[in-house]
Amino acid sequence: MPIALFRIDDRLIHGQVVVGWGQPLGLGFIVLVDDEVASSEWEQELYRMGVPPEMSVQFSTVNEAAAHLAELQKRPEAGILLVGDIGTMGRLVKQADGRIRAVNVGGVHHSPGRVQRLRFVFLTPAEEQGLRDIAAQGVDVSAQDVPSARPVPLGELLASTTGT
Amino acid sequence: MNTVTDTDTATDVAPATVRAIVAGHGSFASGIISAVEQITGKGASFLAMSNTGLCLDDIQHTLARALDDSGAHVIFTDLPAGSCTMAVRRMIRARPGVLLVTGINLSTLLDFAMQDSVEPVVAVNAALERGRASMAIYGA
Repeated sequence: MPIALFRIDDRLIHGQVVVGWGQPLGLGFIVLVDDEVASSEWEQELYRMGVPPEMSVQFSTVNEAAAHLAELQKRPEAGILLVGDIGTMGRLVKQADGRIRAVNVGGVHHSPGRVQRLRFVFLTPAEEQGLRDIAAQGVDVSAQDVPSARPVPLGELLASTTGT
Repeated sequence: MNTVTDTDTATDVAPATVRAIVAGHGSFASGIISAVEQITGKGASFLAMSNTGLCLDDIQHTLARALDDSGAHVIFTDLPAGSCTMAVRRMIRARPGVLLVTGINLSTLLDFAMQDSVEPVVAVNAALERGRASMAIYGA
């Protein structure tokens, strides 16, 4: 089964992922792609304890995830691949040989220099360009925090100034 | 009600009576504290914090400042996998003596509210047991 969701979410593993998406997708595994977390046993333990027993979590660097993507997509259960920022997803998409068809912007929260585009998406100009670059590789980019929400296409996301 | 956000100066909102911070999704914290206030009149023992609109770093900084300004030693959160829980677990590595209780319900918080003359570790253990024991199914 292909990975059901390639998600950018600065909270990484949290309630929206484990419960909000995890239950409707019947999620069996999470791949957390973050070079820093992949090198820290303590961080990995923190995230491992945040997932329910029926779900497994594995930690990868961008290079490892790209190298094992085909294999991950052949796993029998549904999975989510999570990254914490747009730059990381951009690096992964570049190395993925077209295996990533869609990217979900699930949560990029307020920080200095970012402009609010949706209630859960704030972007710097560089991050906006990062999303355009991902889309330019034939990837469908949309913003959606929970499964019941409408996916907001990239063009609409970048044009949005309402923050709703 | 006491609340804290990433833009508050917590010393303005945290009275000396605060014993614990309640952090969670949406209006969980303010809602459950309002219930404690309605039942016991002890809502001022708690400081509410929501994760809405905050990234993990902001949640962590806001909680750290709330702990420092209030002098509380206990943090209650709503969900084991939630971002507030993750932020607290990361933060308390450097804060021995701070206790995290996650997955709470109203009975947990009521019990803690009423035990205001015992050590925090005693109060949270008793509150945890009370919260667990309060859940039941009828009509099955």
